[in-house]
Amino acid sequence: MNGMHDLGGKQGFGPVRHSADAAVFHASWEVRANALYSLAVKHGIFNMDEYRYAIERMEPRHYLQASYYERSLTSLATLCVEKGLISKDELERRTQGTFPLAQQACAGRSNRADRQTYLPGDLVRVRDDHVSGHVRMPGYIRGKRGVVVGVSPAYPFPDAHAHGVAAQAEPSYDVRFDATELWPDTADAAKIHVGVFESYLEQAR
Amino acid sequence: MSDSRELSTAAPIEQRLAAIESVLDEQHLHPQEFVTTFNELAYHEWVPENGARVVVKAWTDPAFRDRLLTNGKHAVEELGLSMPPHHRHLVVLENTPHIHNVICCTLCSCTAFSIIGLPPDWYKDLEYRARVVRESRTVLREMGLDLPADTEIRVWDTTTDTRYMVLPERPADTDGWSETQLLGLVSKDALIGVARAG
Repeated sequence: MNGMHDLGGKQGFGPVRHSADAAVFHASWEVRANALYSLAVKHGIFNMDEYRYAIERMEPRHYLQASYYERSLTSLATLCVEKGLISKDELERRTQGTFPLAQQACAGRSNRADRQTYLPGDLVRVRDDHVSGHVRMPGYIRGKRGVVVGVSPAYPFPDAHAHGVAAQAEPSYDVRFDATELWPDTADAAKIHVGVFESYLEQAR
Repeated sequence: MSDSRELSTAAPIEQRLAAIESVLDEQHLHPQEFVTTFNELAYHEWVPENGARVVVKAWTDPAFRDRLLTNGKHAVEELGLSMPPHHRHLVVLENTPHIHNVICCTLCSCTAFSIIGLPPDWYKDLEYRARVVRESRTVLREMGLDLPADTEIRVWDTTTDTRYMVLPERPADTDGWSETQLLGLVSKDALIGVARAG
């Protein structure tokens, strides 16, 4: 899904609020939120793709307004409800207030049957796919051409893994794009590299 | 489903967290003990000093540098460092006088956290994620790194479980420096690529 989380290249944002030796956490509850979702993943209550997808399907206003760790907590709570560990009513009885959760999941998808392997140097094009469920293809590379510069080991296919859909693990490729190909006339010159799953790619013609 | 009315009546974050902690406690996952364990990992194990050791070793041992650039995950294990099982690949990006690498995660906050430390706040913020891929030179300049016009910028967006770290250039005039002195030159920002070593 091309939700609010798909931020790469979106215009209108101001300066990065950078400081040297910046903090990772700003309050003890943030450490706890990070620990608790890690604990749930460690025990197999959900996997990292399910976790990421539950953040992505937060209502857009909530996503933008929430801090990073509130998004973590929202995903964790959403998945605890969806996995049947607790009902939303019981959760809200315990919090004595509303507990905004993510919106409903859409259907996932498995790997492409016609996917092919690539080698460094191969010219590729990112498929013009528009996916409702979880996907790890940032919108800014959709339909764009690049060149393969690296190959990863096989990973679980996120579009399936976030949805409990059966799929084979597949490699991803570090694909190099020209920033001027991605955003003609409105980008700083640079080579942009994105890890792209095999099923998202086709040979460039 | 959440609408803006539901957001405005949301319980305080600490109460929401406590409710979820009680759920995990009922599942016998011992959340409070794990928070203590996680604190130790976050503040004492997953630290940029790990990445600094990797960099200094690469600066001082050309054979290690070659192995690091060939297979980062195997090479860091030589130094007693490890990565979580789902991080199956570590790509080390070497800066040169004409190439500058910088990493990001536009979709969320992925990093090689066991090597370079957990990502700093600004790395996870909307601004960095939105802008660094499209306005790399501008963003780096705003962050205090003004690169020469003939330096090629290479941005790496962490969209799969492959992880990246930058191998910064060794500063000039550091010949004969001790390992301890060299380690002090390598910050988390340098491992991300928004600063030079030094």
